[in-house]
Amino acid sequence: MEKLKSSLTNMLAVLTVIAVIAGGALAMVNSVTAPQIEKINAKNLADGIKAVMGSDDVQVAEPVEIEGYTSYKVSDAQGNALGCAVTSSTNGFGGDLKVLVGFDNEGNILGYTILQTSETPGLGAKADSWFQKGQKGDIIGMNPGKGNFTVSKDGGDVDAITASTITSRAFLLAVKNAYDNVIAAQMDGTSSASAQKKHCDKNEECGDCKEGCCGNECDKHEGCGDCKKACKDGGCNKKCDKLEAKCCEGMNK
Amino acid sequence: MNYFKIIINGIVKENPTFVLLLGMCPTLGTTSSALNGMMMGLATMCVLIVSNFLISLVKKLVPDMVRIPSYIVIIASLVTMLQMCIKAYAPEIDKSLGLFIPLIVVNCIILGRAESFAAKNNPLASIFDGIGIGLGFTCGLTILGSVREILGTGSIFGFNVYSENYGMLLFVLAPGAFLALGYLIAIFNKLKKA
Repeated sequence: MEKLKSSLTNMLAVLTVIAVIAGGALAMVNSVTAPQIEKINAKNLADGIKAVMGSDDVQVAEPVEIEGYTSYKVSDAQGNALGCAVTSSTNGFGGDLKVLVGFDNEGNILGYTILQTSETPGLGAKADSWFQKGQKGDIIGMNPGKGNFTVSKDGGDVDAITASTITSRAFLLAVKNAYDNVIAAQMDGTSSASAQKKHCDKNEECGDCKEGCCGNECDKHEGCGDCKKACKDGGCNKKCDKLEAKCCEGMNK
Repeated sequence: MNYFKIIINGIVKENPTFVLLLGMCPTLGTTSSALNGMMMGLATMCVLIVSNFLISLVKKLVPDMVRIPSYIVIIASLVTMLQMCIKAYAPEIDKSLGLFIPLIVVNCIILGRAESFAAKNNPLASIFDGIGIGLGFTCGLTILGSVREILGTGSIFGFNVYSENYGMLLFVLAPGAFLALGYLIAIFNKLKKA
């Protein structure tokens, strides 16, 4: 058989036929694999939630979207609330770092798993084991709202992954963000709000104040959240009003 | 033509990694461990065999002026199907190689073999060429991945050989890929001459 000539009709016809066949084949494969892919994604999420909540026998409520964080309320088989699993993502060293973190009702970390990472293999990619229980950077059981939830290089309580400070910072930030935006917000609305208020009332120390900033008490003083930020930036004393400046003084100590 | 010879040709004489130096992006990008390299090689081989076969079948029907777009459409469709299948049935591979699978489309080995072999030979020979070149590529990637993994993390295929603390991290990172590849090409050339 002779090879087809490169005439316009031939070229159009051939390209069209190839495109149609390719499109048809793709649609067919997609219809076969799509349900399977969905199942795997759902299973991965369910497994992830079980892993981070540290319990196999859980019921997961419908996800709630809060400012870009997806929160799953988790309860045990009898319906007792176990806590929340929250997805959170930040910029890591090599791209998006997406984590799923489980918190108990008090906001303590039950477990975490990394959903998506493009960290350096052999360095930052170790994050999926480094911060687990019994490892060097163990964060399980910690409460991001208390103490210094940053790497030790920044004066925090967590040991960073060797030679991967940026990944460690990003990871801790993701966990802290999940806590601040979802867990802390939830606790404000429930019984723990009074506990937070107590912190604020008797607060002399900034650590407590910082926590209280999230609570009802501080809402009276405008811009307390800004104070927190300004404290970090070191420009607090000028910008803030008296009360905030006091808060910052403590913090700067 | 001797089919056995075609396969050997793909593995040794025209080894895509060490002799033709084609497809350097996945070669350098995916070989941070031996297993990753091997999986990438096998995925590429699957696409290569089928694309070689199909292109060899339709070579007479495709006018010369539109052959590249036609080949690319065929290859891209195959890669997309492969990706969907991997996502659905081998999520573990998807996790480690997900990013690189779509890049098989622009892997010049595949288009190169379509142009230089499949478009000139019969479908059966093209399949064997796909197997040969695919094996050559898989071997190349597996060897490179093994060297990098063993020097970088002290293990091979995940089995610990010596303590990770003595590993040279450089080899897991991009510069190590270039270094290791350079030395491997030198060794391969030396062996081929001998």
